[in-house]
Amino acid sequence: MKKLTLLLISFIFILTACKPVDINAPAPVYDTGIDPNTWAFIPSGEFFSGQFNFETKIDYDYEMMVTHVTNQQFAEYLNEALKDGYIKIEGNEVVGYYPGDEFHDGRHEEEIPAGDYIHIPLDDPILRLDYDGQTFSAQTMWANHPMTMVSWFGAMAYCEFYDWRLPSELEWEKAARGSEDTRPYPWGETIARNNANLITSRDPFEDMSSFGSRTTPVGFYNGKTYDGYVTLDSSSPYGIYDMAGNVWEWTSNVYEEQHYRYLRGGSKDVYENYLRIWVRNSSIPTYTSPAFGFRCVK
Amino acid sequence: MLALKTRFNYLFTSTKGLILVAIALCAIISAFFGSLSGPMADLGVKSVIVKTFGIDLVEAEREGRLIILYHTIAMAVIAIETYMITDLIAMKENQRVQINSTITFGYLAAIFGGLPFAYWGTSWIMHGIYIAGLTLIFFAGSSLAYALWPWREEYKVKNKEYAHTKTGFNLERIAFFSVSIVTLASALFGAVPGSFYGNGFFTFLAENVVREPIKSTLQKSIIGHLHIMLALIAIACTLIICRYMDFKGILHKIAMPLMIVGSIVLSMGTWLVVPFEGVAHAVIYGGSTIAMLGALLLVIFSWNKLIREGLAEKGLKKGNFFQGVAALVRDPLKFGVTWQMVFMNFTVSGVGIFVAVKLDEIFRNWPFMDEKLILTGHWHILATLTATILLLYYADLAGLKGKARQWFGWSVIIFSDLAFGAVTVYEMKRLFIEEAYQQPVVNVTNLLGDIGLVVVLLALAALMVWRLIDLFKKNGRWSQEVHEKLESYVEEK
Repeated sequence: MKKLTLLLISFIFILTACKPVDINAPAPVYDTGIDPNTWAFIPSGEFFSGQFNFETKIDYDYEMMVTHVTNQQFAEYLNEALKDGYIKIEGNEVVGYYPGDEFHDGRHEEEIPAGDYIHIPLDDPILRLDYDGQTFSAQTMWANHPMTMVSWFGAMAYCEFYDWRLPSELEWEKAARGSEDTRPYPWGETIARNNANLITSRDPFEDMSSFGSRTTPVGFYNGKTYDGYVTLDSSSPYGIYDMAGNVWEWTSNVYEEQHYRYLRGGSKDVYENYLRIWVRNSSIPTYTSPAFGFRCVK
Repeated sequence: MLALKTRFNYLFTSTKGLILVAIALCAIISAFFGSLSGPMADLGVKSVIVKTFGIDLVEAEREGRLIILYHTIAMAVIAIETYMITDLIAMKENQRVQINSTITFGYLAAIFGGLPFAYWGTSWIMHGIYIAGLTLIFFAGSSLAYALWPWREEYKVKNKEYAHTKTGFNLERIAFFSVSIVTLASALFGAVPGSFYGNGFFTFLAENVVREPIKSTLQKSIIGHLHIMLALIAIACTLIICRYMDFKGILHKIAMPLMIVGSIVLSMGTWLVVPFEGVAHAVIYGGSTIAMLGALLLVIFSWNKLIREGLAEKGLKKGNFFQGVAALVRDPLKFGVTWQMVFMNFTVSGVGIFVAVKLDEIFRNWPFMDEKLILTGHWHILATLTATILLLYYADLAGLKGKARQWFGWSVIIFSDLAFGAVTVYEMKRLFIEEAYQQPVVNVTNLLGDIGLVVVLLALAALMVWRLIDLFKKNGRWSQEVHEKLESYVEEK
């Protein structure tokens, strides 16, 4: 009888862990004090790239957004771009034209011909934007969070709309690491829970018994304290925030014999080792995820 | 002093003692280094361990550390299999002693050189000891292959129920010999390109490069190396269980050629990955199917035998379905060794085939991190299921009886299967749940996985403590085991 009771308790415990997820559960609203419209200057020169510290040179100056593109910024872009006819709405998707990639018939390569491709899905409840049939707006609670559920095509189109571009993998890596040393994380050699939004960060936006880890506002890990949650100032040597954690960031490279696009930086859903500067994720360019975002360079 | 000497003799010269030491070291390494990742890290155990033991975790060296950790555990497992083979298969006593002593020095050097190198500062002296250890293991493997040479008159089968050639040479011995030869070649298949191209410095985990369309020779050979080594360890384990279950008769005669051909074809397939990647996969599928068919025949034979013996114990010649099942599962250790092989099909082979068939249609449409979960889970499960089979076999050798035997056996079977079943659901979760809604599934599968693994580790710890206590007794089990041979557990030879 004791064994049976124990089994039943375990079964009930497991069942209660399966309660439905409320992805729109309220989240606190914080002003991080970091302006998402600012850019960081990255001078030309050498830096150490990759896990094995190859001496690499980028021989031009460039600037990178200090934060991820936010929901607010993306909503404003959608309204402007829709008005210009740069993008359009087809069914439940925002789509835009892409001129296609050269096809090399590589192993597992899939052809990406010229045509319209998804930028964001409109019917996905995790999208933090509202659309009333005329205008897009960011949901107030999520306005200063990274724009997610955006495909590579959508991210690239955003940057190009303003005559900017997505960073290449090397540009991203230099911006994250700086040019002085071989640090594994943008802020230095080691990582603590409150350096970045990762699966173990225990930040005020997550509930691991229900919806799990969620995005934090851009620039959240800047040394400020939010309702008792102390963050460490975790910018990169060039003063760029969230280069590790929060959301994976789309990069621009299109490689021969593959249709995948690469993402950098780790996200809210992964452990520390995926936040190391050289770690890569990849995806088909049409994939949209609550853990994928982007920023631009110019 | 004499007490110490006799115990030392037991632990380092007798087969059962050597197996006990290797299992204990595997358990200690798994428990200690397991605390540096997963839930233990999240609970803060990692930082305590790192501080207490002065571990030096350089972020850029993580992959290298893991590779050395896998290798040290794998070397201990290879040593365990070697001890079993040298005792189960007829060979000269001096050969047995030479092989066992060489591999013992080898795997201990690999552990006590490799782990300090990886986790306590990169001392190249320690690295040298590690490489010397691997070299000794390779040398022991070469000696094993020589000792297993099957075409000697004295090793012809005496009982014609065992698989044999027309001239009477023992096909099971040929299977062991073939596996030892292809294992040696496959070890070189990892070692030589690793040294030549990377000089050991450019470490990477195979699962991290699967999406690269044009793989380097180093990448292909490392991917091939890890797959074939795990597969060959599993095949050697199957052959050991063939001896344990005294596999014979018509099924044995069909299975042994399948095991020989399967292991050779499978190995050749993985070596072909470097020059002919496209063809190689077809060869690998062919080889693994043949070898798995051999294992299936072992399972059929073994279950038939267990049912027959179980019914006979109750004075029945034939029984109904339920009596048959009761007879089959009455001894978890003997049932478990082959049940785990069957279970492997659900969590490893089945998943692997499904992923291969639907790779472009489903899995390559997922982000790489989701695909990587399957790859990592896949080989962890294969390796650990193989370990549980060896563990169940050892528990029988160690003399577990009565209720302890039942508790230990069923704990290992049920909870390892629970853990690996949960891990399989976790790694395939994107098939049935979207990212935004996945947390409860992640929580439940991780919880079940952790519960399963913890119980298995506790069962292993209990077995080890029991044997440790036994060592303090003057006339403990160890004093009888010091001269026991594994053949005594095989009914007829």
